[in-house]
Amino acid sequence: MLFKQTLSFSLAVAFLGLSFTAQAKAPVENAQQKGLRIAKEGDAKDIGFGDTTANMIMTLKNRAGKTSRRVISIKTLEGKGDGDKSLSLFNQPADVKGTAMLTFSHGLKPDDQWLYLPALKRVKRINSRNKSGPFMGSEFAFEDLGSQEVEKYKYNYLREEACGQGWKCHVIERTPAYKYSGYSKQISWIDTKEYRPVKVMYYDRKNALLKTLNATGFKQYLGKYWRPSMMSMVNHQTGKSTTLQWSNYKFKSGLSARDFNKNALAR
Amino acid sequence: MAKQYLIKSMGILSLAASMLAVSANEFSGEISLQGRYFKDEGASPEQNKKTDVALSIQPEYKHKWDSGHKKITFTPFYRWNQQDKERTHADIRQLDFVGSLGEEGNWEVQAGISKTYWGVTESQHLVDIINQTDALEGIDGEDKLGQPMFRVSRLADNGSLDLIVLPYFRERSFAGSKGRFRAPLVVDSNATTFESAKKEKHIDYALRWTETVDALDIGIHMFNGTSRDPVLSPIIKNGKPIALKAHYPQITQLGIDLQHTGESTIWKLELINRQFDDSKNQDYSALVGGFEHTLPAFENGSEIGLITEYHHDSRGEAVGVTFQNDVFVGGRYTLNDEAGSQLLAGAFVDLDDKTKSFRAEASRRLGKGFKINLEGQTFMDVGNDNPLKVLEKDDFIQLELQKYF
Repeated sequence: MLFKQTLSFSLAVAFLGLSFTAQAKAPVENAQQKGLRIAKEGDAKDIGFGDTTANMIMTLKNRAGKTSRRVISIKTLEGKGDGDKSLSLFNQPADVKGTAMLTFSHGLKPDDQWLYLPALKRVKRINSRNKSGPFMGSEFAFEDLGSQEVEKYKYNYLREEACGQGWKCHVIERTPAYKYSGYSKQISWIDTKEYRPVKVMYYDRKNALLKTLNATGFKQYLGKYWRPSMMSMVNHQTGKSTTLQWSNYKFKSGLSARDFNKNALAR
Repeated sequence: MAKQYLIKSMGILSLAASMLAVSANEFSGEISLQGRYFKDEGASPEQNKKTDVALSIQPEYKHKWDSGHKKITFTPFYRWNQQDKERTHADIRQLDFVGSLGEEGNWEVQAGISKTYWGVTESQHLVDIINQTDALEGIDGEDKLGQPMFRVSRLADNGSLDLIVLPYFRERSFAGSKGRFRAPLVVDSNATTFESAKKEKHIDYALRWTETVDALDIGIHMFNGTSRDPVLSPIIKNGKPIALKAHYPQITQLGIDLQHTGESTIWKLELINRQFDDSKNQDYSALVGGFEHTLPAFENGSEIGLITEYHHDSRGEAVGVTFQNDVFVGGRYTLNDEAGSQLLAGAFVDLDDKTKSFRAEASRRLGKGFKINLEGQTFMDVGNDNPLKVLEKDDFIQLELQKYF
């Protein structure tokens, strides 16, 4: 669930024909229905991406400005009838080099996840109880990085507003529908034209603003799929921040389910 | 014998090197400095030092090609130890090729010196039979010697079927006279005997099937060949025992490992049945099973997992079995912080004779490329017939600094 979510996070794009139909048919659409419709349209925009590979540099910054780096390469395989599969391979820090994580994401059902520990050559199935826990000490929780399947949230459409670069955004409140989330709600900004997720504000269980995520540098691949090149998460309660810098995006390189077999973790 | 093995391995290495196309090379590794302090002088007069220092180096070279579908790895290992010259040792941990084959990538082949891990439990590794334990490295049985092997696997959507051929056997390494964690008599490696006339060249086979069905991970294996566990017996000279010798019998083992991963609780079970070709040895079954329960995370993101595992062995304590009716109770504290800090601590309790052993391991990153590990174990109320009796004077604490490059 770790990384692929970031990937799918960047996915949101809608199939225009679909949205036209939906709008025409739903003159009395309420805020919940509209929120769900836009989430589905965003999800549909990414259908057919097949597989992706990308490199990610995660930079952690504490309040004093001291930084540390994690370098991870990620492969994702689009799920047919189920969630996506992803494999994340760690390159830095040096002590976890060769560690790999395999995730089969599902909707509301908990993700399946295996960790490969290179020193022991051990593949270990792990549970997903503490979704709210920080990923490798960063400001990204495991649940922020997981695959953002539509069913994982309940939606409430708030408004439409300008969101920089001359873009207009849908502002949607989403409430986690899965168990053990660390959030009471999230407010997300999705641009109205291409459904790119540009910003998310996270509220903790006490409903206080916890973090803000900004995604920038969107690029389009294969003339269809949008991905950000930079994501920045700021924790308002601790003053710490984490950035994700994405590079080397490749689509449809012919990955198969065999590349996401448990055996593949050791390769 | 060990020297010959190393020379042969180096031959394979030069062959591998000549096959290399120069691209996608990765070079990394680690150097570690280790200090041990023992609470007491050892049980034998030669074990009169309370401190010990050791250094180790383990570089790793990897070459990947065909979009990462094929890989060659070379990982030599060397340890220098101050007190025990037997613990100063070298090994080739890995020197192998792994690659997926076929249009769909349905087949995977591994050839060379390698390491394979099987199993799910934390406090004992019962089904993990492929590699010999490097007993000089630690007493937890997690360090392994490189094993020459050829493996072919048929991959499926949620599992695989592996056939492994093991053409050469590695003897277990044992501490020398000045080393700790040993019986009162040292093991004379020149006196080793084998049931098979082919000795270490006996060809062993293993077959393993794994499958994931929703929350359940299933593994079933069959192993036929030289037992990795030696039978130790005294060498008698002039009516007095002067040393121990290791004998390696032929076995057939069937085993199952199961894990059910719930959202908060993971259930684990490992079960084996071992039959000896030679009826002088007693066939037996053993199991280790239990659970790991994750508590809700603390506000700062740190979390605690509680572990309980039960051990059983049908032979009982008579033949030097440590885990015949024992329980491990422990916990894992993961801070989820920037330094990746972790603490694992627990106790083994023998339910028959009340022998107890406490063990703790802690680690965290220290600045760039450094990691610090702290480890300790103590043995208490050790029963006179308990195999841990020989370790009673070996309570220790170990500090290790690792540099990764």
